[in-house]
Amino acid sequence: MKLGIPAKAVPYLQAAPLALVLLLFLVLPMMMVFVASFFDFNMTGLVPTITLGNYIDLLTSRNTFALYLQTLKYALIVWVITLVLGFAIAHFLAFHVRNTLVAIGLLLLCTVPFWTSNIIRMISWIPLLGKYGVFNRTLLALGIVDKPVDWLLFSDFAVIVAYVHLFTLFMIVPIFNSMARIDRSLIEAAVDAGAGRFRVMTQVVVPLSKTGIALGSIFVIALVMGDFFVVKIMSGGRSASVVMAIFEDVNLLFYPPAAASAVVLLIVVTLIVSCILRLVDVRKELTG
Amino acid sequence: MAAHANGRRPWTFYVLATVFALFVLFLYGPMACIYILSFQGPNGGLTFPLNGVSTRWFGALFYQERTGDIAGAFSRSISLAVVVLTLTVIFSVMAGLAFRRRFIGATLIFYVAVASLIVPGLVLSVGIGLGFQMLGVPPRWYSSALGAHLSWTLPFGLLIMFAIFSRLGRSYEEAARDLGANAWQSLRHVVIPIVLPGIIGVALFGFTLSYDEFPRSWVTVGPKNTLPLEIWGMTTNITSPALYALGTVTTVISFIVIAISLISIAIIQFHRTRRRVARERTMQAGS
Repeated sequence: MKLGIPAKAVPYLQAAPLALVLLLFLVLPMMMVFVASFFDFNMTGLVPTITLGNYIDLLTSRNTFALYLQTLKYALIVWVITLVLGFAIAHFLAFHVRNTLVAIGLLLLCTVPFWTSNIIRMISWIPLLGKYGVFNRTLLALGIVDKPVDWLLFSDFAVIVAYVHLFTLFMIVPIFNSMARIDRSLIEAAVDAGAGRFRVMTQVVVPLSKTGIALGSIFVIALVMGDFFVVKIMSGGRSASVVMAIFEDVNLLFYPPAAASAVVLLIVVTLIVSCILRLVDVRKELTG
Repeated sequence: MAAHANGRRPWTFYVLATVFALFVLFLYGPMACIYILSFQGPNGGLTFPLNGVSTRWFGALFYQERTGDIAGAFSRSISLAVVVLTLTVIFSVMAGLAFRRRFIGATLIFYVAVASLIVPGLVLSVGIGLGFQMLGVPPRWYSSALGAHLSWTLPFGLLIMFAIFSRLGRSYEEAARDLGANAWQSLRHVVIPIVLPGIIGVALFGFTLSYDEFPRSWVTVGPKNTLPLEIWGMTTNITSPALYALGTVTTVISFIVIAISLISIAIIQFHRTRRRVARERTMQAGS
């Protein structure tokens, strides 16, 4: 079967559908957001002019800084917890489980919830953490407290529990992937050379897993900073995030201020991600 | 690690095994709770204890007026997920093949795909909504939401294909070509069969990520909701265990899809190992 396509053109044709989807449904929409952030708006809709008003309103509002502080606080706490947890679990699967098939099976066990609904996984904490939920009833029955603890649900605590529940997998998989590639003879060599458990960890395992750690960190930070529904439901309206403010604006059809806020958020996320990429070259890991 | 040689487990094994077990409990425990609570009795509330056992909340999903068009949302979500799955598999495999050679723009496409994973879904949804508004095209679940979902599933598909193709040496295709196969035959009879388990993995991601996607659907879906949007609507005014029943139903569908994918991968791998063992035996017998 001769198609008459020059061999050089083949990769371009093969990559074209994916590139076209990304152009139409990622690049152009993000350009739309950028353009709309300079628009004005009124009751009837968008007014295509060029104004810096949205940015001035956004950057001079005290509320904006409070929102970013809150969002960055969540991102930092969740990053630390998922990093420690993800590293420990990846280490267990990669080095302590001796049978590869068992390790893959246990990794799949962690992965299955990822393929189910995030919203359902989030609300599944409500019957546990609620005022008369499982935890409070247990605490009351054991006599540890005399009245229900009220900071379990609709609080920062609930928000962080839900984030850790939803996002730890994004740490486990890349770190496991890096660790699985570490040549075991390197560790044996380190041990033979007299390194203890701690030095093997800090001087062999951590440096060789750093691409996985970087990738996991990028995912977790971007996911937390891009979230709105966990904050909305699990804080019970007591807390907010940058994207939740965008969500509220769009619900009121205030597109230009939402767009300006989105542009600022993307700049912040891009800065954080490029700092991580500056420390670690991730592309080598991904493309093999 | 050092103690592995003599077969005794180091103390860190027991610590980490405990951490792992607790993490699995943390993952599945809450989910199990809402599956149980979805069988709450007619007078039961949103938390334990169970006040009798019934299936009325499942019935309420489809008969009660105020729960909205759950059945319609179900069928739209599943149709959309099947279309997303099909396109994700075809486009990811093609792009994966393209990245096996050098071409101008490869790095750019790679970075745009990774950026697509990082951009907040809601922001992207707003951008696509604005674009459709500018063009005067009304957003619909089968047009704007389809594109929004693909921008989320394709990067996953591409990364999985990278992982698979990086392990597949070029020698297979070269051998096929030396034996007289043309490009299409070597793809159809050599490359695709080898990477089939990975392709099933891409399909699994394509289906489940689309089926459960909420932020990217929010502005792009148009007047008729998909299931995650219906669930979101119920979440903001939870009043009955019907919400849990809906959670159970949608999770059961996800579990069925996951099971089909993982079992097919396992069957393919099993046949492969058996064939290899048989081949090695005949070779031994021959020598």
